[in-house]
Amino acid sequence: MYVAVKGGESAILNSYELLAAERRGDPDVPELTLAQIRQQMRLAVDRVMGEGSLYDEDLAALALKQAAGDQVEAIFLLRAYRTTLPRFGYSVPIDTARMALRRRISATFKDLPGGQVLGPTYDYTQRLLDFSLADTADAPTPPRVDEPLPATSPRVTDLLGEEGMIEAERPAAGDPAPTDLSREPLRFPANRATRLQNLARGDEGYLLALGYSTQRGYANSHPFAGEIRMGEVPLEIIPEELGFAITIGQITLTECQMINQFAGSSDVPPQFTRGYGLAFGESERKSMGMALVDRALRAQELGEEITSPAQQAEFVLSHTDNVEASGFVQHLKLPHYVDFQSELELLRKMRASSAKVGAGDTAIPGVQPSAEREEA
Amino acid sequence: MNDPRPLPTSALLPGLNDPVHDSQRVFRIVLSALSNPASLHALADLPVPPAPMHAAAGAVLLTLSDYETPVWLQSPTEASAAWLRFHCGTPLVTKAKEAQFALIDQPLAMPPLSGFAQGLAEYPDRSATLIVQVRGFSSEGPLFSGPGINGQRRIGIDGLPGDFWQSWQNNRAIAPLGVDILFVSGTSVVGLPRSIDVQNKPARGGV
Amino acid sequence: MNALPGYNFAYLDEQTKRMIRRALLKAVAIPGYQVPFGSREMPLPYGWGTGGIQVTASILGQEDVLKVIDQGSDDTTNAVNIRRFFNRTAGMATTDRTEEASIIQTRHRIPEKPLNENQILVFQVPLPEPMTRLEPREAVTRKLHALADYGLMHVKLYEDIARYGHIATTYDYPVLVNGRYLMAPSPIPKFDNPKLHMSPALQLFGAGREKRVYAIPPWTRVESLDFEDHPFSIQRWQQPCALCDAEDSFLDEVVLDGGGRMFVCSDSDYCQTRQAAGHTGSENTPTEVSA
Repeated sequence: MYVAVKGGESAILNSYELLAAERRGDPDVPELTLAQIRQQMRLAVDRVMGEGSLYDEDLAALALKQAAGDQVEAIFLLRAYRTTLPRFGYSVPIDTARMALRRRISATFKDLPGGQVLGPTYDYTQRLLDFSLADTADAPTPPRVDEPLPATSPRVTDLLGEEGMIEAERPAAGDPAPTDLSREPLRFPANRATRLQNLARGDEGYLLALGYSTQRGYANSHPFAGEIRMGEVPLEIIPEELGFAITIGQITLTECQMINQFAGSSDVPPQFTRGYGLAFGESERKSMGMALVDRALRAQELGEEITSPAQQAEFVLSHTDNVEASGFVQHLKLPHYVDFQSELELLRKMRASSAKVGAGDTAIPGVQPSAEREEA
Repeated sequence: MNDPRPLPTSALLPGLNDPVHDSQRVFRIVLSALSNPASLHALADLPVPPAPMHAAAGAVLLTLSDYETPVWLQSPTEASAAWLRFHCGTPLVTKAKEAQFALIDQPLAMPPLSGFAQGLAEYPDRSATLIVQVRGFSSEGPLFSGPGINGQRRIGIDGLPGDFWQSWQNNRAIAPLGVDILFVSGTSVVGLPRSIDVQNKPARGGV
Repeated sequence: MNALPGYNFAYLDEQTKRMIRRALLKAVAIPGYQVPFGSREMPLPYGWGTGGIQVTASILGQEDVLKVIDQGSDDTTNAVNIRRFFNRTAGMATTDRTEEASIIQTRHRIPEKPLNENQILVFQVPLPEPMTRLEPREAVTRKLHALADYGLMHVKLYEDIARYGHIATTYDYPVLVNGRYLMAPSPIPKFDNPKLHMSPALQLFGAGREKRVYAIPPWTRVESLDFEDHPFSIQRWQQPCALCDAEDSFLDEVVLDGGGRMFVCSDSDYCQTRQAAGHTGSENTPTEVSA
C-alpha cells in the first residue's frame, strides 16, 4: 500500500535544530560575539547594512552570525526586520562635503584642496597571505597623525563645477519628494533619484559585473574616478517641535563621483558628466560599480544610443535586488509536481503522436505512451 | 502635509475601538460589498463620526485612509477634518480631482463623476473611490449586472440625482477607467465598482 | 490571540495592511488588471509565497479559518511552513478541510471540491504578467494591456499549433477576464482553468516579488484563450486515482519502488475525504489496509 509523505512540520522543526547546531559548529571552539564580528568583520557588516538598507552595526553583526556568514541571507534577515520598524521622520539631506574624511583619493588631480588621503585601504597591500594572523597576536597600533585633516574638503566635482566643466546637478523641477522604494513599487520610466535608490540597495557583485561591462565596451562611457571619499557624516533631523536641525548621530559612508566624457549637444556645450555611487560604511567596490552603472543608465537622458545591458534601465533595475533574486532562483526547490505533471503528459502525448513509438523507444514501466485518455 | 499645531484631542470623537480587528472587520465587509455589487451589507459596532458623516462612511475612512490618501469632503467641517487628521493622518484636499477618496453627503449637489480622478490607461487603479451618503436602500430600483453578480440584481438607492444613472453609464463607458462607489446610509454599505452595468428600468407601475 | 510577541496581528503593520487593502479593492473593481502595490519584505523568501501571504495577512481576521495548500496538498513543506507562519503571527484556526475554510491560500492548484460564496481563494503568483515570456518589459506590457492588444499571445498560441498541432501550454494557461484583461492564472494546471469561470468564491492573486495584486470577483466570466478550430481542452487521465478511485480529479504521478507508476489525486483533502467515505482505488483495497 502506498502512504503519502507526511510529517512536514516535524521535518521543518528538526531542520531548525540541525541548522542551529551546524551554525554553532564545534562547541569546544569559543562562540563568536557580536562585538568580534562588528570589529573584525567590519566590511562584511558594512555590506549587510548597505544592501539590507538599515544602518545598525549590531543588528548586521547579529544577522551575519545567524546566517553563518552568508551575506545574502544576512541581508535578507536585516531587510525582513527593517520592514517592521516604524518611521519617526526623515533626515535632512546629508552633505558629504562635511565628511570627516578617513580616506579621500582623486584619480583626476595630483593634488587638490584637502589633499589626497590614502587611509585604510587594501589597495597597496601585496596580497600575500599573512600567516602571522593565523595565531592571535598583539593588536597593531595605528600610525600617529601629525596634522588633523580639514573639517571640510570641497568635492572634486564642485571644483570642476566652478569652471563650468562638468554638468550642474540640480534638483528636478519643483524638487519633488523622492520615491521610497521600500514602500512603493518600482515603476518605469524611473527617474534618477529612484534609480540611485534602487542601485544603493542593489547587489554588489551584480553592480560590479555590470560596471565592469561598461569598461569593456558594453556602453559608451569613459570614466575617471574623480573622487572617492570615505568617512563620517553627521545625520540631522528637524523635529517638528523645534523647527531647526539637530544632529542625532553620524554614519560612515563611501561616496564615488565618476567623471565621464560627453560630447555635448546642440543645447549643451561639451562638458563632463557624472556617475554617482554612495554606500554605507567602507564599500568602495560597491560605490564605484554603482557610479558606473548610474552613468550608463543616463544614456537616454543624455541622448546616447542604448546598445548595452548596463544602459537598459528596466533590465538593470529589475534584477539588482539579491533578496528578490535569491528567493526566486531558490524557489525552484519548491515542489512543482503539478506543473511538471502537466508538461510530462504533454510531452508523452507529443512523442506518441509524432513517432507512434518507434523501435528504439523504451517504454516506461506502468505507463502507456499517452496517459491522457482524451481531451474533452 | 500635517498641521504642526497641537490638536484639541479632548474635543475629538473616538475612532475605532480596536483599530487592528475593527478595521479588518470593516474592510472585509467593504471587500464583500465591492465583490458582490448592488447588495446590502451591514456594519456593526461603529464609532460615531462628526456630522455630517454617517457611521458607515466614517468607518470606511478610518479603515482605508491614511497619510498617503488625499481625501475630499463635499461639506468639510473643522470637526471632521480634525477627526480624520487625528485618527488617520489624512490630508484633506480642496480639488475633487486630487482625491483618492471623496465623501459626498449631498448627492443632489454632487460634482459630476468625471470631476474625480479617472485613472490612467496604463494605471486605471489610480482613480477615486467615492463614498456617497444616501437616504436609504430599497428593493425597488434599477437592475444591475456584471462581475460579482450572478445574472442580475435589483436594488433601490434613494436620494440620488435624476440623471445619476445616465452619468453612471458614462462612467461605465470609459471602463477600465472610471470611479468606484460605495453608497452608505447609516451603518449600511452597497458597493458599485466601475465594471457594473445598470438598466434603469422604471419601478413597478412606471411606464 | 496574538501569538508572536513584538509583532502585529498577522505580522504586517496596519499601514501596510491598509495599502494592500486599497490595492485589493481596486483589483476587485478592475477584474484581471494587475494593481501595483508596495510589496514588503517578508520573513519568508520572495518566490515562496510572499504575495499570497501579504494578501492573506491583509484580509484575515480572528474569525477566519485558514487552509494552506501547495500542489493541492496541505502536507507539503511550504504549505506547512506558511500555515505555521499564520498560526504563530495570528494565532488563528487552520484546517485541512476545503469546506471548513473561509480563506484558502494556494500555490498551483484550485481545490477539487467546489467553493462557495463565503470563501476567498488566495493564489501565490510567481509571474503575474501573462506576456512576460514574450515581452519582458513591463513598460511595453502595460501599454498592451491599456490597448487590450493581445495579438502577441494569440500569435504564440497559434505558433504552437503550427509546430505541434495543438497549444503546448499546460499550466499558467492565459485567460481573458470579464472580456477585457488578459490574466495569468498562476501556474495552476489548465485542468483548473474552468474552475476560475463564474466561481461563487472571490479569487485574489498576490505576486510579492513582482509587487502586484489582482482579482477575479465572484460570478465573473473567465475564458481560456483558444481558437475556433482548436478549442481549449483540459487534461484527462486513462485511469482513476489509485487511492480513492476518483475520475474527476487532477492526478499526480508517483514513481514506485519497482519503477512502476501510480496516479493519485493531487488534492490531498479530496482524496482523503473520498477514502474516508469508503472509496478505494487499485492500490488501496480494504484487504491491504487490514493486512
